[in-house]
Amino acid sequence: MTLVASQSQRRARTSPLVFVIWAYIIWSLVPVIIAVIYSFNNGRSRTVWQGFSLRWWFTDPNASLWHDDSMRNAIFNSLVLSIATMLVVTPLGITLAIGAQRIRGRGSNVVQGLTAAPLITPEIVVGAALLITFTRLFTAVPLGFTAQLLGNVTFSLSSVVVIVRARLVSIGSSFEEAARDLGASRWQALRFVLLPMLWPSVMASLVVVFATVIDDFVITSFLSSGVNSETVPLRIYSSVRGGATPALNALATLLVITSFTALVIGLFGLSTWRKRHGERGGLRAALADVTQMES
Amino acid sequence: MDKSPRLWTGFAFPGTAWLLALFAVPFYAVACVAFGSIDPIFRDAVPRWNPLTWDFSESKIIFSSLINGPLQGVAIRTIIYVVCAMLLSFLIGFPVAYFLARHAGKRKLMYLVLIILPFWVNYLMRMLAWVNLLSPSGLFSRFMNILGVHYNWLDGSPITVTLGLVYGYIPFLILPLYATLERLDWRLIDAARDLGANSRQAFRLVTVPMSKPGLFAAGVLIALPMSGDYYTNDLLSRSPSTEMLGNQIDFFLNASTQPQRGALLVLALSIFLLIFMSFYLRSTRQHARETTR
Repeated sequence: MTLVASQSQRRARTSPLVFVIWAYIIWSLVPVIIAVIYSFNNGRSRTVWQGFSLRWWFTDPNASLWHDDSMRNAIFNSLVLSIATMLVVTPLGITLAIGAQRIRGRGSNVVQGLTAAPLITPEIVVGAALLITFTRLFTAVPLGFTAQLLGNVTFSLSSVVVIVRARLVSIGSSFEEAARDLGASRWQALRFVLLPMLWPSVMASLVVVFATVIDDFVITSFLSSGVNSETVPLRIYSSVRGGATPALNALATLLVITSFTALVIGLFGLSTWRKRHGERGGLRAALADVTQMES
Repeated sequence: MDKSPRLWTGFAFPGTAWLLALFAVPFYAVACVAFGSIDPIFRDAVPRWNPLTWDFSESKIIFSSLINGPLQGVAIRTIIYVVCAMLLSFLIGFPVAYFLARHAGKRKLMYLVLIILPFWVNYLMRMLAWVNLLSPSGLFSRFMNILGVHYNWLDGSPITVTLGLVYGYIPFLILPLYATLERLDWRLIDAARDLGANSRQAFRLVTVPMSKPGLFAAGVLIALPMSGDYYTNDLLSRSPSTEMLGNQIDFFLNASTQPQRGALLVLALSIFLLIFMSFYLRSTRQHARETTR
């Protein structure tokens, strides 16, 4: 009886907050949608609408996104950097997550502390520290792509560990113990039982790292060496306040499309995997995977 | 798994070594530059790798400058902007997260997707969007002109910078808030209601105390990047009158020939944030203890 009553009360109280959430959604998304629309502006202005055209995307022979060499260069750099980081950090993060979960003894505290610290360190501190390190201590590392790669791996390693460890906790130890009872060595239990089960967290890590790195500004900017290693966020940063044309909006839109594509591929992959392996599936579980949130 | 076999140590090794070399050592390098000396001819910083030879004279100058010297304005502004932006973020973010956790009903997934979307839109794209709207010919400025408000939004306005920080970081607040509220045992709130509390009392006496550690952790989680932010300021203001600590760090390390000052400010920021972080770690640990009980 009480349950029914309180539920109906709840429904009655819904109305004022529904306006808040919609106001928030509109506030958070509409400016971006307007910026996307202005990438199709026919004039040079990013603020005054002069009709629809694909001028800044394709047709302008020099200044369009498709024909501007420096923008294409930035897109190329961004893709290379995020894919390279993804490939380096994922295996490193998986092994670290497994090791950090199971290591005991004196070394354990060092491992836990080092893995947690980057999560609560502002990016500017990591970027500045690495800039000083690469220019004064590890001088063999040149600024530019190599430094940006090392920096982004360092900064995103902990988030991979968080994702994989959450999965390790939810798997538990019973599967591996069963394999051990059936005669598998520690390594075999790991290789043939645990690793295949880690796959959703691997997919989530790939997506999260790709999206974080392609969007990264601070570390990539501190460790860049000028135009050669300019990525899309750096390019946007340096031209937002200048007299840039709507091609800049097009460039930013492309960046958004890229991370959304990665997100959709990841969500699709995750929910398919979960369905095929008979796990509690659906979009919500997949969303929880990529947002590092328990659902 | 009673003892730690070599296999697990081997697994932890590569990642730990990486973090030692590229996370822990860099902090040391910052200290060595901060407490190093300055080349008398080229004015460049010369790091001192041996802590016994560290020179603290420049650090005294910088720290006293932050407390009551030329950099005092920067320090105060950083704190004020971050505190205001945090409060505003909570004011907006809490009702959103609360609705999502409590009242979203069948449409929860749709709302969740809509709330997560800005999370995946590049930060610079979101700032670019506002630069376009706020520029004198932009839609928002024109709209405000119609209302009779003539204000130069993009030239050293503390309001724009604070709202920019809110806009930039609020998605990072809403998700952890939602995760906290989602985990609450709502039966306790229903129980409070059944025992005669009105909805406001139940909220104040049950919901808030229960979600406190999560609220605190979420707040610290956005305060950290906000305190070190410099690009929001650069894009939305570009004026020395709104400069924050991050802008000074960026300036000294990337645009000037005084990296030692940059290194010292990085240390100052880290020490300041260490206080925040210790609160954060304590509250998460407390929370973990409560939830595993």
